[in-house]
Amino acid sequence: MSSRSAISPSRRLRIERVPSPSRSATAVVSALSFVLALLCGGIILFLAGENPIQIYGSMFSGALGDWNGVAETLVKTTPLLLAGLGVAVAFRMQLWNIGAEGQLYLGAIFATGVALFLIPGAPGWVMVPIIVVASLLGGGLWGLIPGALRAWFGASEIITSLMLNYVAILFSEYLVHGPWRDPQAFGFPGTPSLPASAWLPNWGATRVHLGLFFGLIAALVLWVMLRRTRWGYEIGVMGENPRAALYAGMPTKRTIVLVMALSGALAGLAGMSEVAGIGHQLQRNLSPGYGYAAIIVAWLARLHPLGAVLVAFLLAALTVGGDQIQMSLGLPAAIAPMLQGTILFFLLGGDVLTRYRITRVPGT
Amino acid sequence: MEHIRAPNSLELGPGMKDRHPITHHPSPITPPSHHPVTPSPAVAMRGISKRFGSVVANDRVDFEASWGEVHALVGENGAGKSTLMSILAGLYRPDSGEVEIDGAPARLRSPRDAIARGIGMVYQHFMLVEPFTVTENVVLGEQRSGVDLELGRVERELAGLSEKYGLGIDPRARIWQLSVGEQQRVEILRLLYLGARILVFDEPTAVLTPQEARSLLQTLRGMAAQGFSVVFISHKLDEVLEVADRISVLRRGEIVATTRPAETDRRTLARLMVGRELAEVVEQPASEPHEPVAQGDAVLEVRGLYALGEKGLPALRGIDLDVRTGETLGIAGVAGNGQRELAETVTGLRSVTDGSLRIDGKELTNRPAAEIARAGVAHIPEDRLATGLIGGMDLSENAILRGYARPPLCSGPFLASKAVASFTDRLIADHDVKTPGRWAKLRTLSGGNQQKLLLGRELAGEPRLIVAVHPTRGVDVGATEAIHQALRDQRARGAAILLISEDLDELLALSDRIVVLFDGRVMGAMPASGADPEEIGLLMAGIGNRESEVGTRV
Ligand SMILES: Nc1ncnc2c1ncn2[C@@H]1O[C@H](COP(=O)(O)OP(=O)(O)OP(=O)(O)O)[C@@H](O)[C@H]1O
Ligand SMILES: [Mg+2]
Repeated sequence: MSSRSAISPSRRLRIERVPSPSRSATAVVSALSFVLALLCGGIILFLAGENPIQIYGSMFSGALGDWNGVAETLVKTTPLLLAGLGVAVAFRMQLWNIGAEGQLYLGAIFATGVALFLIPGAPGWVMVPIIVVASLLGGGLWGLIPGALRAWFGASEIITSLMLNYVAILFSEYLVHGPWRDPQAFGFPGTPSLPASAWLPNWGATRVHLGLFFGLIAALVLWVMLRRTRWGYEIGVMGENPRAALYAGMPTKRTIVLVMALSGALAGLAGMSEVAGIGHQLQRNLSPGYGYAAIIVAWLARLHPLGAVLVAFLLAALTVGGDQIQMSLGLPAAIAPMLQGTILFFLLGGDVLTRYRITRVPGT
Repeated sequence: MEHIRAPNSLELGPGMKDRHPITHHPSPITPPSHHPVTPSPAVAMRGISKRFGSVVANDRVDFEASWGEVHALVGENGAGKSTLMSILAGLYRPDSGEVEIDGAPARLRSPRDAIARGIGMVYQHFMLVEPFTVTENVVLGEQRSGVDLELGRVERELAGLSEKYGLGIDPRARIWQLSVGEQQRVEILRLLYLGARILVFDEPTAVLTPQEARSLLQTLRGMAAQGFSVVFISHKLDEVLEVADRISVLRRGEIVATTRPAETDRRTLARLMVGRELAEVVEQPASEPHEPVAQGDAVLEVRGLYALGEKGLPALRGIDLDVRTGETLGIAGVAGNGQRELAETVTGLRSVTDGSLRIDGKELTNRPAAEIARAGVAHIPEDRLATGLIGGMDLSENAILRGYARPPLCSGPFLASKAVASFTDRLIADHDVKTPGRWAKLRTLSGGNQQKLLLGRELAGEPRLIVAVHPTRGVDVGATEAIHQALRDQRARGAAILLISEDLDELLALSDRIVVLFDGRVMGAMPASGADPEEIGLLMAGIGNRESEVGTRV
């Protein structure tokens, strides 16, 4: 009977789930995949006629070699961390919020609008808390919409949150080209500069600003919230076994909406901190995709808030280092993203390898 | 013994690959010419050890199963039965030891390796895709290059196998249309199709109705008679004594005995399992009338209750019930006659389409599960891992699922970690849950120990009403008795208990009154003491005159 041929007739490789990946294996694989990424990137660089050692060296020194580099890295860490935390908390509940980018934009829009038009004359100690709240509300609203659609109509939050990204980004385009455009900017798209009271204080002479502090506080608060509070416990149960949550009488729908709002609010805070901490105006291309990179941050951090701090920092270093080699070595523009892509590819691949394993299937 | 025979046509050599293993029934008269005189056992596991952290699940286990026999594996909860068989099925790798299949060393590094060597395991939780047909589910598990999928051919083959082994499965049926027992037979069919000749069943009868269990046991015997090697795990010693050719007893990871039904009995087996004499467990739970408790007011009042089942069809059609304080009301019935829906509506997990539900006089029809739980309702659900527990969380997080929102387990918005720890430790100690500690993931507990933790948690809050569905499913003889005692204690304390079980002995032993459900209606009701099992059986089959019953409305 030919049913025997159902059994694989020859040796081949196959991927299967590892029952429980151990911590040490995870660490080893992460380190190994990083080394492999450098090797692989190095080979490509070499083939392109560059000196890999020199390039890696200047990437490293650009990102972490001196205080300037570290400061720049911290500047980039801020939005990655805030948005990454937002994504992580939603993913914990198996809510696949991929709308952090749009939520970030909406936070920026709300903060800008409030600072420019609602309370332009307020002193800093009034202004900053209010624009913080405004950005939380803006981002939160943008997270709440897909949350509510999911909770009451069962609409997939993946689709809705993604779609809302375009809405938010295009809305911001409209504002900076249209009604909010700075008349003095000679047609350059962007709002007028925020009142100085809305500028987040910097750390010394660097561009590092209060937003980083918000990010660290948020990570700590989230960590405690998820581990130690009833609400965090409910989020965990709903993520692991929604039916058990129902059985225990947990308010599932409300929590979906609230978690999505919280997730969006954190991304909104990232948007505010970019506007009030860096650009001091709402401009085009406010985010080079922080909201999407946030998904990688959350995933590599295994949805752990403190892990997100580390991962956001590393990812930021990668970006800064990449920018650095482009500027200082005059390399083709494609080299830096290529290296960043390679490293991410290997890190994510290594991550998959700790959760799955490849085995050889012997023939019968 | 008559059915232990050499597997004449069961060679695993490559030359036999395109012949179905059991086309020829092995005949006791004509020994095959090409087979060695002493046949190799189907399975020989030697010196198998497996540790999980500090837990030794299997300790140098030697286990053999022959072709043509049903080999039962028994032992207490956590003794290591599932672990041993998971090693055979390629799910776990042993720390040390060897496995030989039909005399040849086997490297079993994954379930696919195992099935390639003819080993198939039927787990308690079936891995079937509900909206798909039987054929599609079978094909899903296949690793063929997809292009030449001939569903029609597979379907014919499956129909042939089903016919041949009397499984009664239509390959075109969709999984969601099938009962639990039928789904289990789909799993068997799938394994047969994949070429399994060694079939392992982990507590297959725990999820079956007594009727389904009977027919499964017959199927197992039939497979053995055709030369298959069947390994069968169960806590029901009667079944084991009836169906097995040999019985191996595991105790704390070690095989302590291998014996035959004719040479042993329940008492001896139970003693071997626990390592000491157990007074009560050995006897069939007698239907001795327990001391009556002063019964008070109705805690649960159900009136004219209607609800829909999983498939959107009416599952409850006008149920009337009362359960009073200090009373245990047993619900008898063949699975699928509304028991599950009754438990779920009473606990707020399923909505009521008509009728009403009151607890302690309070109207709770279609109120959220949280509100019903706050009214003091405990629920031991039918499928513990899907509903009542969280496999990926640790024991303490599972222990507080009921009480996390009330002091002392929380203070304000925070969980009180000290109280959580001591509460969990107490549950573990009181209910004899075998685990390295409260930080262990629930999934790593053996099935029976999961049930003990769940039960302990549900009974911890001094509930007013306990809805217990198959409370002793998957637990060993000793723990069964402990759970029965716990339920009696709750009743004596004044709790009202709605007990749903397919085990008539259990119902008779614990209940004050018995209500028989059939087709979503109350078929009859009677006091448990002096109830006639025969009459209950007839009512369960839908035979009986509802009108003539005294107090159909109970
Ligand atoms: N994946 C795992 N990780 C850690 N410990 C485990 C794991 N699987 C099983 N164990 C432990 O190994 C021991 C044996 O478990 P096993 O499931 O084999 O018991 P069992 O005999 O099948 O019990 P039951 O009758 O309750 O099903 C238990 O103490 C269990 O907690
Ligand atoms: Mg088991």
